[in-house]
Amino acid sequence: MSATSSTPWPADSVGLVTPRSLHFDQALALDCGRNLDSFDLMIETYGQLNAEHSNAVLICHALSGDHHAAGYHSQDDRKPGWWESCVGPGKPIDTNRFFVVCLNNLGGCGGSTGPSTVRADNGKAWGPDFPIVTVRDWVRSQHRLMQALDIPRWAAVIGGSLGGMQALQWSVDFPELTRHVVAIAAAPRLSTQNIAFNEVARQAILTDPDFHDGRYAEHDTVPSRGLMLARMLGHITYLSDNAMADKFGRDLISGNPQFSFEAEFQVESYLRYQGRSFIDRFDANTYLLMTKALDYFDPARDFDGNLADAFERTQARFLLVAFTRDWRFSPQRSRELMRALLQAGKSVSYACIDSPLGHDDFLVPVPDYLKVFGQFMNGVAEETAA
Amino acid sequence: MKPEFSIISEWIEAGSRVLDLGCGDGTLLALLQAERKVSGYGLDLDVGNVAACIAKGVDAIHTDVDNGLSEFNDQRFDYVVMTQALQVMQQPDKVMLDMLRVGRRGIVTFPNFAHWSLRLQLLLSGRMPRTRALPATWYNTQNIHLCTLKDFEALCEELNIRILERRVSDDQHRNGRSRRWLPNLSGQVGLYLLDKPQ
Repeated sequence: MSATSSTPWPADSVGLVTPRSLHFDQALALDCGRNLDSFDLMIETYGQLNAEHSNAVLICHALSGDHHAAGYHSQDDRKPGWWESCVGPGKPIDTNRFFVVCLNNLGGCGGSTGPSTVRADNGKAWGPDFPIVTVRDWVRSQHRLMQALDIPRWAAVIGGSLGGMQALQWSVDFPELTRHVVAIAAAPRLSTQNIAFNEVARQAILTDPDFHDGRYAEHDTVPSRGLMLARMLGHITYLSDNAMADKFGRDLISGNPQFSFEAEFQVESYLRYQGRSFIDRFDANTYLLMTKALDYFDPARDFDGNLADAFERTQARFLLVAFTRDWRFSPQRSRELMRALLQAGKSVSYACIDSPLGHDDFLVPVPDYLKVFGQFMNGVAEETAA
Repeated sequence: MKPEFSIISEWIEAGSRVLDLGCGDGTLLALLQAERKVSGYGLDLDVGNVAACIAKGVDAIHTDVDNGLSEFNDQRFDYVVMTQALQVMQQPDKVMLDMLRVGRRGIVTFPNFAHWSLRLQLLLSGRMPRTRALPATWYNTQNIHLCTLKDFEALCEELNIRILERRVSDDQHRNGRSRRWLPNLSGQVGLYLLDKPQ
């Protein structure tokens, strides 16, 4: 890179970012009944906290995400953060106006305390002994993070998919600290079919001979086949039937059937590529934990299954966004949330975006999506004097 | 701003809960929020309108009113408003009943198809009339259920819907004397405040 050239990233990127780790040494009580005596959270922040500390927004990540939502880690970094489409100067989550906080959740494998972290007490990795964490546990740990960053309350809590569920949980558990919620491609709880998919993914990992009851690190191996299968299965659910057909078709890579089990159709090589690249960056025990957090999520459970009652106490204004072709968390699921919020008499807007991909659309800069999201965030900025 | 909005604003009590069906860009609800301190939601089929509502600070639900209001509980709102949208509904009668199910009162405005200029056009040209308010041709219009003031009032009677107030105006919303004497001939727009005795 010559000295005269400008930065290697686009002008609407937050550019170079550096993650940092925060240590928390007060015990955190978990839903499962166990305690975490201390923990670390890996975070990234973008933009500036204003003098009133009123412009902070929290981004919650989905199943395989982490703290790196936007920007680049080095000059040679080829890929930006996972939500580069929505986070940056002039983007819906405008870093010129908001102080944006994103973290790797507890149990993750991006640097926060999780199964691959070494325990302080015995010097070994947690592995399968790491407690199963829930969305509520995450929200509790995120509340600690909020206090550590001297943020009195969030202007907005935002997330897609599992991230949206955390945003919703925030509004229920900390009503007075959550001014706005943006829940994109989310659901009030998993369907039976969703849980079934998660179970197949877990079984792929649990039955991999290299899994060793979760103690694969001690055996110097990883259950890569199981993790790869789990990821391949996930990717099937992230795209619509049409999107897959459009993207890969049924064309044979070599033109003619080879009568073999090699990857012959493009979709096969796509899934294999996605699966393989996942094992380099993700931990199998974390994957198991994340799918359990999804399965257990159900804010209505404490209210006799009545979601409207769960939302009764919330004080936030809500934006719900769904995508027409999403069949993992279909628009119908967002409408369930909408209905409950309407019944509870809460401020809610809902948009269903016509777009091609499916569940993955929340990561993609679809113009209508960015417009609705951007307008809502503009309102957040105005209401919170960001 | 459409002149009929100021009439609607006069009808609506301060602090009410309002549902606006086919809310467009949210102009009416924004006005009512500012002038009448109402709360409520706008419903619209067009995502661009939903974004425009949000931009005005109006809560908007992206939905097709033709699919019904099943997501809303009975008597949830003080007013359910539908301006210039009745004629595009698949089943206007069902929508009106649904409006008065979820709301205590309904407000409906629609173009009067019996206005003298429309009658005259049809009489003289023998073709489907077109006006400034109804500019589309018969084959590409969204207005599939146009009616006259008399038609509307007959439907209200049939559905046991009570007309509490009626205003008739031309497209400038001037209240000339003739519109009081010959509303169905001289009025271009009908505005109705409704309820339904339980």
